[in-house]
Amino acid sequence: MPEKHLLLRHRDIPDIHELEVYRKHGGFEAFRKAVTQMTPDEVTEEVKKSGLRGRGGAGFPTGLKWSFMDKKNWPHYVVANADESEPGTFKDREIMERNPFQFLEGVAIAAYAVQANRAYIYLRGEFWQVAAWLDRKIAEMEAAGLLGDNLFGTDYSLRIYTHLGAGAYICGEETALLESLEGKRGQPRIRPPFPPSYGLYGKPTVVNNVETLTNVPLIIERGGDWYRTIGTEKSTGPKVFSLSGHVNRPGNYELPLGTTFRELIFEHGGGIPGGRAIKAILPAGASSAILPATDEVLDTPMDYESVPKVGSFLGSASVIVVDETVDIVWLVKKTLHFFHHESCGKCTPCREGTYWMDHLIQTIAEGRATPQDLEILYDVAKQIQGKTLCALGDFATMAVVSGMERFREDFEAKVREAVMAGG
Amino acid sequence: MNAFYERHKEEIERILAKYPPEHKRSAMLPLLYLAQRDEGYITREAMAQIAEILDVSVTEVDGVVGFYTLLHDKPGGKYRIQVCTDLPCALRGAEQFLHQLEEALGIKAGETTPDGLITLEEVMCIAACDKAPVFQVQTGEGLTYYENMDLEKTLALIAEWRKKHTKTPEGNSS
Repeated sequence: MPEKHLLLRHRDIPDIHELEVYRKHGGFEAFRKAVTQMTPDEVTEEVKKSGLRGRGGAGFPTGLKWSFMDKKNWPHYVVANADESEPGTFKDREIMERNPFQFLEGVAIAAYAVQANRAYIYLRGEFWQVAAWLDRKIAEMEAAGLLGDNLFGTDYSLRIYTHLGAGAYICGEETALLESLEGKRGQPRIRPPFPPSYGLYGKPTVVNNVETLTNVPLIIERGGDWYRTIGTEKSTGPKVFSLSGHVNRPGNYELPLGTTFRELIFEHGGGIPGGRAIKAILPAGASSAILPATDEVLDTPMDYESVPKVGSFLGSASVIVVDETVDIVWLVKKTLHFFHHESCGKCTPCREGTYWMDHLIQTIAEGRATPQDLEILYDVAKQIQGKTLCALGDFATMAVVSGMERFREDFEAKVREAVMAGG
Repeated sequence: MNAFYERHKEEIERILAKYPPEHKRSAMLPLLYLAQRDEGYITREAMAQIAEILDVSVTEVDGVVGFYTLLHDKPGGKYRIQVCTDLPCALRGAEQFLHQLEEALGIKAGETTPDGLITLEEVMCIAACDKAPVFQVQTGEGLTYYENMDLEKTLALIAEWRKKHTKTPEGNSS
């Protein structure tokens, strides 16, 4: 069978969610190899060599993160970030539901690499069924001797536990996630210190996204050099792109990093419904700077270096497509409503700023705004940037600032409407 | 310990075993879910009992309950229909779907039907953007996704619930 997918392998191999089937296709051989033939540092080095970068959005080199773990402070923990909450992102859910063992094997290898004996999978509360499903898969691993004490006859022991959140976007931020896992409100910590020196219960902790960890078994099985042959020089490997919005075939598409927007949207996604024109793209969900869908943008490779060159970020690669019928003021209003709702309230610029931005955009959208309101909105957004505890505050300003700079006409039309109505 | 502990002793011990004994506060969310299963929402009494089990103040527990959207400190409908109207879903007709549902049920988002069966809620992204319109149904027991929905399918689902809950003469079976 041709190997089309490395992460969404369930699309090529039926029933890969069954332990027997997963093992028949080489499953858990990478974990065995790591534990029995490699030192923890060798595992980390191999992941460093692969160039794997965090798939949760930040794109931070995974192996490097692992190498930051404080070896003078024990115990160590691994936490899988399965909080998947960015509007437009739905890749981790598919991985966990359909190819759960590859993800769990990745968790296990990461835990061995940093010598953690406990790993937690923090799932957003909405993933109630996914958590129950993973619990069953973990139990199957325990029964097969793939988790527990003295794994593969060595003195290495590991247990994996699931933990459900309860509905809060902010818990996808790694320090807020750790607070939540400790039984507190999910509010971000001041960083530094970062989790590899001060994480869960104040102990060194690696927090990795689900998709990131799902790459790890392949790297250990086939080597970092092989992995580098996929993707671009600095953005290596495959990526699951979540495609949503105005496309004929929304869904997850696993493609090499560096694939163009045009290929994803028109070839894989089947283009725009009703033959309408594409207007804009949000490459990283609701946190994106909005890109006008020019030829230059459409031909841009989706990787961590190229997307910033045209004025946005790849983030978690949740590509939301909007067609010509969409008013960007409405779109910005949707994102601001979201961020206002999800601001955790800990730091002032974000708590107050998202409130004011939400208030102003409603005034503008309802055609009640003056030209000054546009300037105030822009100014408030600019004032938030770079001044918040975590990235949520900056995220909240992305659509506002880019929308007002790149789709000015949509905003001015709303103000003209107001002037005319007001007489 | 207390009545809540006694009622769920085995399950509580199983939950506590997931975390290091000195960090049992980590069991906060799982215990709150357990309390929510009992009554459909988290009562003041349950908060106090959970606080006692975890050695924290009631205020701390209350603060956690208030922070998360899936935890409720007031009674609602037996079924909470939580419709996503976030950007990707809205681009695929989720707002119209919610309005249709509001009209059909005769309530607005945030309200509960007079028979106490359904609370309709508007929620943020639930990671099912490619299958909009989509909603999740939260009950004390857990949470289920319903994807690629329309009004007709939803009303059929609601009719099934109605049938299930009007079997007893009192009409308030659990």
